[in-house]
Amino acid sequence: MSETKKFLYVNRKAPYGTIYALESLEVVLIGAAFEQEVSLAFIDDGVFELAKGQDTKGLGVKNFSPTYSALGDYDVTRIYVEKESLEERGLTLDDLMHLTYEDEDDDWAEKDSIHLVTRAELSKIMHEQDVLFDF
Amino acid sequence: MKLTIQVNEGPYQHEAADSAYNFAVAALEKGHEIFRIFFYHDGVNNGTRLTTPPQDDRNIVNRWSELAEKHNLDLVLCVAAAQRRGIVDADEMKRHGKDANNIAPGFRISGLGQLIEGAIQSDRLVVFGD
Repeated sequence: MSETKKFLYVNRKAPYGTIYALESLEVVLIGAAFEQEVSLAFIDDGVFELAKGQDTKGLGVKNFSPTYSALGDYDVTRIYVEKESLEERGLTLDDLMHLTYEDEDDDWAEKDSIHLVTRAELSKIMHEQDVLFDF
Repeated sequence: MKLTIQVNEGPYQHEAADSAYNFAVAALEKGHEIFRIFFYHDGVNNGTRLTTPPQDDRNIVNRWSELAEKHNLDLVLCVAAAQRRGIVDADEMKRHGKDANNIAPGFRISGLGQLIEGAIQSDRLVVFGD
């Protein structure tokens, strides 16, 4: 399997309430071993998956949000957050976790993984993909 | 065209299981190749042979098994999703010390890598679910 494809994982749902977000993250982590060109997008309630300060004690379910911070170590370095989805929910980038990666092509400089994109820009990004995983 | 189909919802609860089946039948009729059908999230419930719907209703599980046998399809249940939801084959039964297994004929349990491989190897990944 030498072929490299552009994978975009589209995350559309809130982190708790359903299992989609957690099981989507599991696909991303396993998929990282296949060395494809991977990006993640967070739209609709999916933007809540990246909210900082998640506290699930009252729910009695595991808080899996720290795993997003490890994505850089899995070479998942392109994370697109849709601007309109954030704004519609009264959120800004400051409400999200600060996700970074170390750029091996730039002397391991620490760089931001999250890119704020408009709905129109994300549409264009989607069209450039070979595979859309939809969760 | 070579297709991998992903089924994300359980049978009866959600039309995705029916739509995926109807799509698979139509694709095969048109001469397309189905590389793999991967069941994820509650979709793994499509693969328990203990399913017993009322007699006047379709049997979604048997329908998958029959389609797999007829067309030699690769029906894969995600192992992590299956473990959470109590879908077990003979190996998993032994490994986890369970007293039974319930996987339906024509299905096998394997890892998420099978989904990724399907996406890489196929011309299209077609996803059914919410």
